[in-house]
Amino acid sequence: MKEKIKIASGQGFWGDLLDAPVQQVTKGEIDYLVMDYLAEVTMSILQKQKNRNPKHGYARDLPILMKKILPIIVEKKIKVITNGGGVNPVACADAILENAVELGIEKIKIAVVLGDDIKGCLDVIVASENELTNMETGESIKSIQDKILSANVYFGAFPIVEALENDADIVITGRTTDTGLTLAPMIYEFGWKKDDYNHLSLGTIAGHILECGGQSTGGNFLGDWQSVDNLAEIGFPIAEAYPNGDVIITKHNNTGGKVNFDTVAEQLVYEIGDPKNYITPDCVADFTSIKLEDLGNDRVKLFDVKGKPETEFYKVSCSYYDGYSAVGTLTYSWPQALTKAKAADKILRKRLENLNLQFDEIRSEYVGYNATHETLAKKIDEDNINEIVLRFAVRSHDRESVKRFGQEIAPLILTGPPSVTGFAGGRPKPSEVVAYWPALIPKKLVTPKVKILELK
Amino acid sequence: MKIKLKDIAHGRSGDKGDAANVGLIAFDDEGYKIIDKYVTADRVKNHFEGICFGDVERYELPNLRALNFLLHNTLGGGGTVSLKHDAQGKTLAAALLRMELEVE
Repeated sequence: MKEKIKIASGQGFWGDLLDAPVQQVTKGEIDYLVMDYLAEVTMSILQKQKNRNPKHGYARDLPILMKKILPIIVEKKIKVITNGGGVNPVACADAILENAVELGIEKIKIAVVLGDDIKGCLDVIVASENELTNMETGESIKSIQDKILSANVYFGAFPIVEALENDADIVITGRTTDTGLTLAPMIYEFGWKKDDYNHLSLGTIAGHILECGGQSTGGNFLGDWQSVDNLAEIGFPIAEAYPNGDVIITKHNNTGGKVNFDTVAEQLVYEIGDPKNYITPDCVADFTSIKLEDLGNDRVKLFDVKGKPETEFYKVSCSYYDGYSAVGTLTYSWPQALTKAKAADKILRKRLENLNLQFDEIRSEYVGYNATHETLAKKIDEDNINEIVLRFAVRSHDRESVKRFGQEIAPLILTGPPSVTGFAGGRPKPSEVVAYWPALIPKKLVTPKVKILELK
Repeated sequence: MKIKLKDIAHGRSGDKGDAANVGLIAFDDEGYKIIDKYVTADRVKNHFEGICFGDVERYELPNLRALNFLLHNTLGGGGTVSLKHDAQGKTLAAALLRMELEVE
């Protein structure tokens, strides 16, 4: 058994710093590179892409990145684990293999985790008296079944462990929990058992710290943010894991950013609900049990975590079409910028009303005044405000109403309050609203599968 | 004595469906005693009047000197449906730091 392993986070979301994974594999020694690409919205985007082209449906940045780092990871024997396979992990693995061939790599093994995509068997599942009730509203999925775009189960760490046991160099998954990507190599290397809930919870929490990339190493830090040096060259987090269940959160030495109690604590409270019951497919982690010790020099020790058995369910996330929306903006300058923007808002609402358009919601915000803190925004002295952006948004199940709204924005420039600009982008077009349907499905109804693709 | 929350704590916020999660972390143990005592769910609910239209749940994480608040019915239908500029509630932790506390 290895004395310790270093697991490095390379991406916090699809669209993150493109060079972060390159830095992770070149600026110091690591054993694993883990990359999270999938937010809920990402799955629906990928499904739309796959619908247009059956060879798409994965994070297409990923093979491009892999082409850059393949020679390094092969040489240094760094394993890569990522959920960037999206709704088409096999096509993603094929694209990476093609790159490997082009680079003259002769031997590489990619494992693909399949089985999370249940869109094709939803009818059977629903017919078997499992109505995938919405966890938030309690409604049966039947009400939206004909509008479903994608349906994926969240797998945890164990299918990835199986892939690693097959000696995979690269593991590509579809919908896997962000935390499972980091937990899996710990289970594999240290032989942690399925019922070792304290260790599984510790690895899960380490995964939570890594899953948003630079957000635990000084990025988006609301503490003393100006004390964080060199964000331009921010180092992404690394979990240095030990068999006894200690994990040190750190980053490569020669990088910017900061790792201390405060930066790690901020990430720990990010997007959590009941901290005693952080539910994953692998375990139920207790965030209140977490012990953190700031060791200095960008090293924070995470230890002594408690956990409970996993539940009998997987979470399912379905995306479905739910109408249309559009957003338009106009910029008003001093003097009386806010008063003018408010007058424009009133005029626009009156025009939309006169046209008898149908909207589910109309929302106006004043960027520069209240777009972030709304009712908590302080009153402003208009003489000291240089400009205000009116941000006007609508949502409707009637596409024509949203389209017509887009045609009513620009005319305000010639027929509304003065000193207005910022309409170079053209008319806002209706875009499809994709909503989410979270549900639970008994684990026995879904089976993860590992498929091996290799050059040998 | 009046204390500005921003002087004793920091935090981070995000989305969980239509609920916002606002984590609040004290800079030191003394600060945690204050936020634990004074930043109640009711006070947070009042603070976010006109923003949060549902219940506020409060959870304690003393090991992290932190409180976690779940603000239900806050994000205009959630991430992809919401028309809000801040559809994921990313700036709500900073909004909570605007709170002032009357401390004994």
